[in-house]
Amino acid sequence: MTIFGLWVVNKAGGLVYQRNFADGLAPLTSNEYLVLAGTLHGIHAITSRLSPVGSSSGVQVIEAETFKMNILLTVTGTKFVLLTSLADTSADTILQKVYDIYSDAVMKNPFHTPEMPIRSDGFDTRIGTLIGNGQT
Amino acid sequence: MAYAQPHPRLSVVSNSSQSSVDHLSPTTTSTRFSLPSAPSIHAAVPSKTATNRPSIYDRNLNKTRGAEVSAASFAFLFSEIVQYTQKRVSGINDLERQLNTLGYRVGTRVLELMMWRAEGSSKAPKREIKLLSVLMMVHTQVWKAVFGKPADAIERSVENPDEYMIIDNNPPIERHISVPRDMSQLSCSSFTAGIVEAVLDGLSFPARVTAHNTPNSQYSNRTTILIKLENQF
Repeated sequence: MTIFGLWVVNKAGGLVYQRNFADGLAPLTSNEYLVLAGTLHGIHAITSRLSPVGSSSGVQVIEAETFKMNILLTVTGTKFVLLTSLADTSADTILQKVYDIYSDAVMKNPFHTPEMPIRSDGFDTRIGTLIGNGQT
Repeated sequence: MAYAQPHPRLSVVSNSSQSSVDHLSPTTTSTRFSLPSAPSIHAAVPSKTATNRPSIYDRNLNKTRGAEVSAASFAFLFSEIVQYTQKRVSGINDLERQLNTLGYRVGTRVLELMMWRAEGSSKAPKREIKLLSVLMMVHTQVWKAVFGKPADAIERSVENPDEYMIIDNNPPIERHISVPRDMSQLSCSSFTAGIVEAVLDGLSFPARVTAHNTPNSQYSNRTTILIKLENQF
């Protein structure tokens, strides 16, 4: 039950927020994170087009041998990605709460420009409280 | 103006109110009191043909006494106000002054409505004339009318006897605002300071009111509204 990291990807596929919570992830440069987020955005677009029956909102979980990526797509196209251990079951509720905090601390903040990187102390603090609580 | 020649059947009352509107025409207004264009106040008079719904000016003032406003809607509105203002000013002081001016315009209306609601129905209406009771009224009634809760503390400055401080540990208008580090002196509560300034002005205690961030370990949004009275009372 470990949460490794959180990404927020804007509707154009740009990474606007990235934060690690636990050790174990390969260390990457911020440029590599940007490329990975863009790739994920592309994969998501492909999966939402591939659905055989009806329309699909796209990939929700990608499972690997040692971890999984949980993706929450909002109606406005912003994606929240939570990297967790395989055993983790709380990802959905945590992503929902992250979305709550994002709407409060980012969208209601007059000093935030939409689609730009998130630099908000309020968001940092509240995410820290949430995921810190999530791990204990 | 469309009403320059009033209809002969208009009653004396509406004639007199009309001339008072003329008296307050935009040429005489200062920056703080820009009135909406006059016809809107009178729009209700000939509107019987258009719709039966009473205009907002005809509505009973007590109808919304206990009504509450969605905090989320207000947060978005206030965020837009700050963004709009920020685009039209140069520097933090200018931004704070503009927010103060906007708050002042709210404050004049808050005072009038609050007084009307509190004293209008009482048998012996009175007005506050003592400084301390005025300050207590700002701390309690004004805060309750505007934010739905009283402020957290009111103090008198030790160094300057003409300075008073109203302290709010978590001002509702700043709850979702994170000021960037390069603007750290900015306090969006300047808007609240404007409200307080208008209320004090309206009660004949002219003062200069400013807002300052005074965070402590428990409350990171703690804000002090500093009241500097212009005269010694």
